[in-house]
Amino acid sequence: MDLKDRLSVDTWTQSSSSGNELPKDQQSFTNFSLQQQQHQHKWEDPSVLDYSVRIEPAFQEFNQTSATSSSLPCNPNSQIKNLNREDCQMNEMLEPNRIQDWDPRVMLSNLSFLEQKIHQLQDLVHLIVGRRSQVLGRTNELVAQQQQLVTADLTSIIVQLITTAGTLLPSVKNTLSTASPSVGQLGQLGGVLFPSGTGMNGGGVAQSSGGSKVSDQSNQIDLTGACVIEQNNATEEHELKDEDDADEGENLPPGSYEILQLEKEEILAPHTHFCMICGKGFKRDANLRMHMRGHGDEYKTPAALAKPNKESSSEPVLIKRYSCPFAGCKRNKDHKKFQPLKTILCVKNHYKRTHCDKSYTCSRCNTKKFSVIADLKTHEKHCGKDKWLCSCGTTFSRKDKLFGHIALFQGHTPAIPLDETKGSVGPSDRGEGNGAANKVGSVGFNFSSNASSGSGVQDMMMDVKRGADEPTGFFSPLTFDPCSLVGFHEFPRPPFEDSESSFSFLVPGSCSYTRKTGGESSSNDLE
Amino acid sequence: MKRQKGVVDENIFDVLTEEIVFTILDFLDPNPLDKKSFSLACKAFYGIESRHRKALKPLRSEHLITVLKRYPHLEHLDLSLCPRITDNSLTIISVLCKSTLRSIDLSQSRFFSHVGLWNLATNCSGLVEIDLSNATELRDAGAAAIAEAKNLERLWLARCKLITDMGIGCIAVGCKKLRSISLKWCLGVGDLGVGLIAVKCKQIRHLDLSYLPITNKCLPCILQLQYLEDLILVGCFSIDDDSLVALKHGCKSLKKLDMSSCQNVSHVGLSSLTSDARSLQQLALAYGSPVTHALADSLQDLSMLQSIKLDGCAVTYAGLKGIGNSCALLREVSLSKCLGVTDEGLSSLVMKHRDLRKLDVTCCRKITQVSIAYITNSCPALTSLKMESCTLVPSEAFVLIGQRCLCLEELDLTDNEIDDEGLKSISRCFKLTSLKLGICLNITDEGLGHVGMCCSKLIELDLYRCVGITDSGILAIAHGCPGLEMINVAYCKDITDSSLISLSKCPRLNTFESRGCPSITSLGLAAIAVGCKQLAKLDIKKCHNINDAGMIPLAHFSQNLRQINLSYSSVTDVGLLSLASISCLQSMTILHLKGLTASGLAAALLACGGLTKVKLQASFKSLLPQPLFEHLEARGCMFQWRDKVFQAELDPICWKLQLEDRI
Repeated sequence: MDLKDRLSVDTWTQSSSSGNELPKDQQSFTNFSLQQQQHQHKWEDPSVLDYSVRIEPAFQEFNQTSATSSSLPCNPNSQIKNLNREDCQMNEMLEPNRIQDWDPRVMLSNLSFLEQKIHQLQDLVHLIVGRRSQVLGRTNELVAQQQQLVTADLTSIIVQLITTAGTLLPSVKNTLSTASPSVGQLGQLGGVLFPSGTGMNGGGVAQSSGGSKVSDQSNQIDLTGACVIEQNNATEEHELKDEDDADEGENLPPGSYEILQLEKEEILAPHTHFCMICGKGFKRDANLRMHMRGHGDEYKTPAALAKPNKESSSEPVLIKRYSCPFAGCKRNKDHKKFQPLKTILCVKNHYKRTHCDKSYTCSRCNTKKFSVIADLKTHEKHCGKDKWLCSCGTTFSRKDKLFGHIALFQGHTPAIPLDETKGSVGPSDRGEGNGAANKVGSVGFNFSSNASSGSGVQDMMMDVKRGADEPTGFFSPLTFDPCSLVGFHEFPRPPFEDSESSFSFLVPGSCSYTRKTGGESSSNDLE
Repeated sequence: MKRQKGVVDENIFDVLTEEIVFTILDFLDPNPLDKKSFSLACKAFYGIESRHRKALKPLRSEHLITVLKRYPHLEHLDLSLCPRITDNSLTIISVLCKSTLRSIDLSQSRFFSHVGLWNLATNCSGLVEIDLSNATELRDAGAAAIAEAKNLERLWLARCKLITDMGIGCIAVGCKKLRSISLKWCLGVGDLGVGLIAVKCKQIRHLDLSYLPITNKCLPCILQLQYLEDLILVGCFSIDDDSLVALKHGCKSLKKLDMSSCQNVSHVGLSSLTSDARSLQQLALAYGSPVTHALADSLQDLSMLQSIKLDGCAVTYAGLKGIGNSCALLREVSLSKCLGVTDEGLSSLVMKHRDLRKLDVTCCRKITQVSIAYITNSCPALTSLKMESCTLVPSEAFVLIGQRCLCLEELDLTDNEIDDEGLKSISRCFKLTSLKLGICLNITDEGLGHVGMCCSKLIELDLYRCVGITDSGILAIAHGCPGLEMINVAYCKDITDSSLISLSKCPRLNTFESRGCPSITSLGLAAIAVGCKQLAKLDIKKCHNINDAGMIPLAHFSQNLRQINLSYSSVTDVGLLSLASISCLQSMTILHLKGLTASGLAAALLACGGLTKVKLQASFKSLLPQPLFEHLEARGCMFQWRDKVFQAELDPICWKLQLEDRI
């Protein structure tokens, strides 16, 4: 357990430091406690978010305690704004523990964690003191930020303390129903204790949209970050996958709706709960509810906080539609024929599909690439069953899709499968060639697409050559243990369900797969 | 033609340039034998003819190499007479013809696969026309091979049942220049394949999609084809009104639309489909929804409409009247087998269309003399009138036809009450080329004599079961109509050899049918064989007096004979075997030949190398060894086994009465 812990912490430190260029934050990142704030701040380093997200399940797997401790807020980062939300999230984090029977070891761990936190805060204050002496020209803003940061950390420590104490209370120990008022309680507590935190809320948003130096930094990293994020919310995306296409027919007169445009960092963040008013995304509904408080008093009632806000907002609100931040896109509000997107989820899927790299490669065919992981999963369900083949090597699970593809591209033609041409003599028959490649299996298809031109026979020979040339590549993916990789390595594929299946598809797809992984592992090395 | 053949002087022809001789040869086109004679005259002519010939229709594939080497400028190759075309044959063609070959007809050929087609398509880059109809074994690989013919403009794939959307997709992508494609009965082809054709081949003019399982999905693409003139959607059951109404725009260039047997399409769908088709000239709606006033209204916008075909539809008076009022320029109307065609309806239609050229009222059993009076009165320019089995029309009415419609070229009076008076009147139609008088029991030699005297342009004469006709009638025809090509005297029981001897003076005769004429003997047949060198089809079924003696001159002189029916005749092994010397012979029907033995049949079948179809008594199947049939089938011969009992001949009057009982 310790080893595991350290391993993930180490890698986290490593990768996050590479991503983060602000020297000021260097040290603070060594503390493994960023994740509480991540969702509220779009200017935050998404790559860091991902890591923390990923660590979470791994930790829970081994030790509940460590999971809790690792996620406890003790963030020296000066840019934290919303304490309420933080609190709420923390509460939620702790809820699983409360449901379980009280464990003194958990308590001990919590306490030791608190101790650690206090130490860290101490270090931070030390650092601030040291910095202040060095950099005298800094503005008051920085001072305020630092102050705020310290306040935030203190708040979280206090809240953590109360929560830890709360686990001892019999009333909150067992049921969720009793736990939920306590959330409100605690939230109120946070509000009472730190009224300045609530007040900061709007300011934080304003700052983020203003685009500070830090947001530039996040721009650099968000591409890599985006790849991994999606794995987290793949399931819900899958259900709503086609939504951004579904609203084609909608004809709202311009002006009848409010257009919201999220920044791309926001879009690419792993949120599933969205504010109906400002469109901000949250990973947890509780955080959203906490956020809603900032929009007005009507959201502050315990009822509004406890229930999903849909029921509470009965009065008619202006319809909201979304604009894609990508300039020139048809879904961008500045486009002449602007077609708004219906929901945040549509925005997310649209943005990823249209404006992001397709970084998910199907592990079976190694040909198909996707930017939305749900699309990959859908594809993988059918991959290998695709029997409709184009001369370019692309396969389709449906005939109409193939014909749509052929209608679209010049020079592409349907490829006739092997059994049609059986027993024929003409060696130069193209249809036959493709058929022969077909026999090799799904690999054959991939390479006929990779090969620039030439008959099927050539393709096949190339297949063989490549296969033989890369014995190292053949095994290289296996040297990574998928389970341990998940936590820190930017692995574009979902964790393998079982080792057997992973082996079975690694073998046929070794060639192009290796190239892919090779590239990634090298980038990892660079980090 | 005789002139050139007669004066064969080397010196004179040396003066003429080859181009001039070529021009002369161009005039020899109607009769292929003339060119043969020309080439056989001398070595120089042989060479000129070899260089001149552009089209070839060989009988056997065995000699393809020599034939193709002899004709280096061959552009059109029709292989529909060759029983067996293998991949090897196609490879030979592709190597020898190269890019000069422009069209090839493989519609009746079997035994080739995609390999041969691929060789053909890749080597003969000049191919613009391929007929692959009836290639029922051809699969998508074959279609993919055709796709290599990048310059292809016309393609027939009728009955290629195993070709699917994938194969059609290959053709659509490969043959960008396609102008005409027939996919009739290609049951494996659906919306996707047809849609892709429409997307990729923008030059399409002619599109035959009959009996395809297509729906409305591919129609928008098709209607966007800029040059589409001819759209055939016969028997597309999945196309219905609802889908047609949804179409946003029609096709402007459309000139011909055939929606016959589309039972789910009414005037609603039709008007949607033809909404933009202002230039539509021909419309066929046979065996479709009822012809009502609403349908007629939907035709109102089609100002260019010239021809309308409503065969087999239920027709109302309002419908016919409406068509009469809606369409201004109708030239052709076909109401064959329409139910509900009455004198009122028909007369209201023809009164409005005085320019009518062709009218088909076959089996409109309700029309009477009134209709005929109106037709003949209103439409003096009529060139074709088909009125088989209009049983209520009395004999007097036919006189009107001869009095008023003098432009008639084609007249079908089968199974009518016409008598000699009528025939005498009709004989005034001196332009008549085709006259059908089958089952007209009231006519005699007298009437036919008038026809023979006046209708010198007659090409086709049908006297099936005209029991009143004897030798003198036929003699008059044979004398008066030297251009006669087809004559049917079946069951004219009084016909004897003298008729045949007189007919032997018609040199162009190619089809002679004399079923059930018991008086005809081998002598008459011999006269026909000697006189009618063009004879291609001969039916002497139930001519009991024809025996081997008739076969021997036939075998000797009728070198163009393709098809023969010898059932119930007295021909034996010897006669049958002698027919083997006719190299063209492709089809034989030999049922109930008393003198035929199994071994004689086997010998004859083996000797006739070009046979493609043989109808045989089922009893022979067990009498002959199976490998023999397998061998013959491999050569390209198909067998049809019949197990009919011997039928005695009925008296013609009894036959007619029996026929009427059945109606």
